[in-house]
Amino acid sequence: MIVRVSTEGQYELEDEVLERLHELDDACQAAVEAGDGERFHACYEQLLELIRGEGSELEDDDLRGSDLTLPPPDITLQEAQSEFSAHGLIPD
Amino acid sequence: MAGLTGRMSTVVKAKVSKLLDRAEDPAETLDYSYQKQVEQLQNVKKGIADVVTAKKRLQMQEATLKQSVVKLDTQARQAVSGGQEDLARTALERKNVAQTELQGLDTQVAELEEQQQKLTDSEQKLRAKIEAFRTKKEVIKAQYSAAEAQVKISEAATGVGEQMADVGLAMQRAVDKTENMKARADAVSELEAAGTFEDLTTLGSGEDDIDRQLKQLSSQPAVDEELAKMKGELAPAAGGAAAQIPASSAGPGQGGQEQPPPADAPPAEGGRA
Repeated sequence: MIVRVSTEGQYELEDEVLERLHELDDACQAAVEAGDGERFHACYEQLLELIRGEGSELEDDDLRGSDLTLPPPDITLQEAQSEFSAHGLIPD
Repeated sequence: MAGLTGRMSTVVKAKVSKLLDRAEDPAETLDYSYQKQVEQLQNVKKGIADVVTAKKRLQMQEATLKQSVVKLDTQARQAVSGGQEDLARTALERKNVAQTELQGLDTQVAELEEQQQKLTDSEQKLRAKIEAFRTKKEVIKAQYSAAEAQVKISEAATGVGEQMADVGLAMQRAVDKTENMKARADAVSELEAAGTFEDLTTLGSGEDDIDRQLKQLSSQPAVDEELAKMKGELAPAAGGAAAQIPASSAGPGQGGQEQPPPADAPPAEGGRA
């Protein structure tokens, strides 16, 4: 499975990691909905560390499409709430 | 997958397919995208250069403030030697304000330095990605015109499109950051230049500024202490003139303010004799 961390790069991960990723993602989502910036950043950093730790980074010229795309590491709570919401970024 | 990841994936896929659907000639689209990336990288570089300029401006202001601190200290000593305690106090108050501002500038410059380093790193990474893209697009173009292997190409194009979109996003964020930092540095810089800067170095003017007075109020104990210390140090050298205003009796005469005895100031006859 290939996961892209936006603005950072792509990582190849074993499928087993997906479950843990899923849990962290839900926790991040909950923090966003609660408007808790501190919890969201801590949670998202944990999620990214999981990917960086478990995955192997793809080379720059390896241009395979990703199965999953994550927001940039420096995403703000506001961006998570608005721009990356269900309607925000989707082109019309 | 729900959550942020699911949403981001949907959004990016929608963007990429929109990009590719619009493309009538894939080769042309790839070339155009590459061109755009190169242009955008120039913007990132320009942004970094602007941040460096803003930082240099702050550093110059730092140097000027440091000179003011030295000058005001010298003036205070001269005033103490001449027995002009009020003047010495004013000089020391201004020195205190200058030192506080110097600390603020130090923090700003250090922050800019760190951000500049981060941006330079990401600029290099982006350059490598764009270079990889340039090579890859030629391969894809060659495959396209030679074999018209549509399926394979659209697969490759999805990855290329995704990478393109991501490099674009990274550069946009980098440029935004440089603009932000530059604006903040410029604001500090202008505040310094417009505010306290000029009258900091000249004694006897600009006394009616409320902010200044508030700052002076909070720096009063520090100023008292420094003044007492200075008098202690200068007393033996200045002889009779300084002996008339010993540290211990400085309090009651000065604007009716209650002054705590200087905690660690040396006694008037001590000092550096």
